[in-house]
Order: sequence, then structure tokens, then C-alpha cells
Amino acid sequence: MGRTITEKIFDAHRVDNPAGDIQVIRLDAVFCHEITTPVAINDLVARGKDRVFDPSKIKAVIDHVTPAKDSKTAEQGKIIRDWARRHGIRDFFDIGRNGVCHALFPEKGFVRPGYTIIMGDSHTCTHGAFGAFAAGVGTTDLEVGILKGVCAFKAPKTLKVEVTGSLPEGVYAKDVILALIGRLGVNGATNKVIEFTGPVVEAMSMESRMTLCNMAIEAGGTCGVCSPDAVTVDYLWPFIEKDYASKEAALADFSRWISDADAAYDGVMTLDVSTLTPMLTFGYKPDQVKPVSELAGAPVDQVYIGSCTNGRIEDLRVAASVLKGRRIADTVRGVVSPATPEVYRMALAEGIIQIFMDAGFCVTNPTCGACLGMSNGVLAEGEVCAATTNRNFNGRMGKGGMVHLMSPATAAATALAGSIANSELFTAREVRA
Amino acid sequence: MISFDGKVAFLDRSDINTDEIIPARYLTEITKEALKPYLMEDLKMEGFDPKTGFAGASVVISRANFGCGSSREHAPWAFEVNGIRLIIAESFARIFRQNMFNCGMMAVELPAATLDTLFARFAGKETHVTVDLAKNLFTFTAAGESLEVPFAISDFDRSLVMAGGWVDFADRNY
Repeated sequence: MGRTITEKIFDAHRVDNPAGDIQVIRLDAVFCHEITTPVAINDLVARGKDRVFDPSKIKAVIDHVTPAKDSKTAEQGKIIRDWARRHGIRDFFDIGRNGVCHALFPEKGFVRPGYTIIMGDSHTCTHGAFGAFAAGVGTTDLEVGILKGVCAFKAPKTLKVEVTGSLPEGVYAKDVILALIGRLGVNGATNKVIEFTGPVVEAMSMESRMTLCNMAIEAGGTCGVCSPDAVTVDYLWPFIEKDYASKEAALADFSRWISDADAAYDGVMTLDVSTLTPMLTFGYKPDQVKPVSELAGAPVDQVYIGSCTNGRIEDLRVAASVLKGRRIADTVRGVVSPATPEVYRMALAEGIIQIFMDAGFCVTNPTCGACLGMSNGVLAEGEVCAATTNRNFNGRMGKGGMVHLMSPATAAATALAGSIANSELFTAREVRA
Repeated sequence: MISFDGKVAFLDRSDINTDEIIPARYLTEITKEALKPYLMEDLKMEGFDPKTGFAGASVVISRANFGCGSSREHAPWAFEVNGIRLIIAESFARIFRQNMFNCGMMAVELPAATLDTLFARFAGKETHVTVDLAKNLFTFTAAGESLEVPFAISDFDRSLVMAGGWVDFADRNY
């Protein structure tokens, strides 16, 4: 019988089967950031096992609170910085070169089809967009990964989601994944990998595929995954051109990591997006989703554009196309955080940063900060934020604050209107002009 | 091996997420002990005060999808430093569940109907549970009431509990 992408990856990485359906797999990369890694580092030191399994396979970044906001976050940065130095971890990204981990590491070419990756961060599922198995883990799994280069998982089951039809104007990957989570529920994919297939996914950029896979965890999924194809090869080409004679050769090699036609899935679901409209969340769970139009006019205090979900150049371009030549409402605070220095640089070169500033946005350095209420845009009690992020939990962006998740286009339109608004409101005007 | 017996706190809500268990503003702490005062500070649940609701408890019983959201192991740690080492629920988010066993603690699933019974008969009463890991049996007791409930735990999860967590297990085996 055929195998799924994820089964093929597990078969190629299995080192043990300690009991039942538990598989211990070898890791191709262990990603680290300054919030969940320091406790692992301190524990390894306390155990007299301050070692790393392979410094070239460990990638580390300070991204959650940067620049440090206080002594405690400065200490967290110091612990991971000192550790990276003493173990010769070359791919360590400190201030000035740092960005949101799930945007930065793909951009550096650290994620390849067929790879196995863990990180002490639930949105590690993002990297499945490259045809990899990437899973968020806790600090103990991370600690063992750092020390031994292995991690234990239950044998993966895969939920296949076929995205059919074609995306209407003004509707994006974020709207697709919100609609899907609305259908699956917040635990509809628990212990499963969500494999995104179909013509809509095939037509998507790597950035859009990362947006899809990023939110697999919000349905409980272990990882999101997309088949590697020519889009994947093009994205990775600067990093792999020495390894392959041609793009065709790279594609042929990557095709090892595509599900067989007769692979057995745990479930198959079709999502026709031809009539999909922009979506957002209400309430405090990411499966509480409705069309933007149903909440139009609801006031917001802050608009946040950024994060590992939607802080990439494609997202900033879309937001800027809505904002161009306009000013955000006086009652709204606009905050944009390009997800990486490279995204920031491109946005500068393309005039996008200018558009954001002219519109009245505050442009911050790349950081996770506001998305989880740690820094750079924390909400006050009772405030509402329209955000391109991934979680709308109670107090997520600040105690007593509320978050509506949405696409960058909807967030930009909402900033202009001062209340929840469909981007059509502004883009349609542009067409008339 | 640690004992899992103790007083039960009941949380009658599904989808309790790790941001509620320990908000991100406390993730700047680098010791488990520092998390102690903040357990469930942002819990959104009528009629439950996290400041007093866990007094003396070492077991939590809840509903579906417990521990969803962030991977932060600070959530199990916040329970651990408050003396809570066993969570019983209808289902768990994958990462939270793994984190519990990785710390040598337990996250045990029971059928929804069994949980309905437990909530109906014991919630609101001073309830204790004893955990027999040899027989895979919980015994719940409250004033004049007692109920035995069998549970399942995989061989792998059991070996993590016996080893005191995943670091020791992995260090011995890989």
C-alpha cells in the first residue's frame, strides 16, 4: 500500500520503536528561541550534560522579545547567546539579524523537503509547507533534541484537505485556513498531520503555503504539509543550486517526498473556495470564525500586521496595496512588524514602509512580541485588536484584551475604517478611480 | 516513583488553553518555581477562582482538548510547582499531553460519559482520588461516596512516569 509524505519521512528517520505506536525519529534540525530554550540549557548544565548533538543542525534566534524589554528578557537572551557561542552554533541570529523564527529559518534555507524538525514553539508546523515534518514540542523534548538529536512521536495519521476551485479577488490563504479551522474545530486534527493539496494550494506561493501550515496547530494538528513542487524548488534554489545540476533534477529528487496515489489517509476533506469571502474570528477560540461582513463596523483599538502567520513580504505588499495614499482612522493604533530583516529590507526598497508610515502605522523591528502579548503592542484591559496573527485566546495580546484574527488585507482595511471592514471597500474605490 | 493520589479540583470547561494556564507575560521566568503564583491567572470560567480553587489540590479533572495552544512547558510546570501532577480529561492537545509525561507527570483520558458521572457526583464536594498504577484504577471518594474508575495508559507513557521523565529515559536509551 502507498504511503503519505509524512509516513515516508518517518520511515526514513526512524531510529526506534520503543513501545506500541511510538516512533523515535532522527532530527535533521532543532530550532531554538530565547523563551523555551533557556530552561533546557540550564537543565542540561545542571545535569552535567551541557552538550549539543550537532551544532550545524541547531539553529537559534532571539525573536520573542527583542530588543530585550527588561532584565529578565535580557537574561534569557544572554543564556541562549552564551550557549550558542560555547557550542559553536554558527546559525545564531541575534539582534540586527533576527526575525520571527518561522519566517526567518525558511528564508535562510534551513528547511528542506523530507526534513524532520522540532522547536519549542507550537507554530513549528509552519515548515511543513516545504514537504517536511516539523512539530512544536515542549522544553523537555527540545532538551533531548539538543542533546541526542531525536524525538518521540506517535505514528502519524494524515488528514488530507483538498482545496479546490479558485480564490476570489481579495481572499487569501489566511481566509482559507480560518474557514478550514472553523470546519475542523480546535481539536479536529489532534495527533494528525494536515496535508494541504489541490489546485489552490499548487497555485500558492511558499509564503501562502506557510500561512496555511502555520495554523494547522489551531485545529490541533501536529504539522501542516504541502507536496514539494516547482514552487518549492524555486524558493530554495539559491541554497541548493550547488547540489543539483538543474531545477528539474532538484524537483525529481524532492518528488521522493510526495504522497503515493494509493496512500491511506485518516480522513479526506474538500474545501471549495470559489465562493469564499474574507473571514475573521470572533470570541476566544480560533474555530469561532465568520465572514468579515457579519462583523463589519465593530470598533477596534489597534491593528497589528505581522507574526509567523502573516508578516512576510507578500503580506506587507497586500496590506500596502489597501493602505496606499490613505490614512488610518484617528481612533486606531496601527502597528506593523516585518517578520525578518530581509522582509523589512524588501519592504523599504519597494516603498512599502513609506506607505505604512504615511498611513500612520508604527513600524517596529522584526519580533514576535505583540502576537503573544509580550512586547511591542500589548493591549490594555478591554481593548480590541484586529490582527494578522494566529491566536485569539482570552488575554493573548494583553490581559483582558480581545483579538480578531484576519488577513493582512482585512487588517489594513480595518485600520483605515477604524472598525472591522472588508478590503473590498477600499480596493473597489480604487478600481472606480 | 511519585504518588498521584490527592484532592481533586474540577474545571468544567473544554478547550482550556496554555495561555490561560500560564499567560505569556510570565514566560520571562527561567525557573519553574517562579511560575507558582500565576497558575490559571487568565482562566475564563464562571464560578471558578484560580486564586483559591486549587488550594490543596493535586489532581485536576476537566473536559475536552485540555492544554491546547502554545507548546509552553511552563503550563505543566505551573501545575507541578503547585503540587498538581495528574490531569484527567476527555482529551488533550498533543504537545501538552506529551509535556506532562515528559516531566514524569500524568495526563489521563477518560470517556466523556465517565467524566459526566464524575462531575455530577463529585464536583463541588471535597473529593480525593487514589491512583493504583498496578491495576490502572482510580478510586474517587467524597463524603459517603466512592467510585472506582479504570483507566488506560500506554506502555511508553508508563515508562516515562517510571523513569521520572523523557530526559532520563532518552539518556539511557539513545
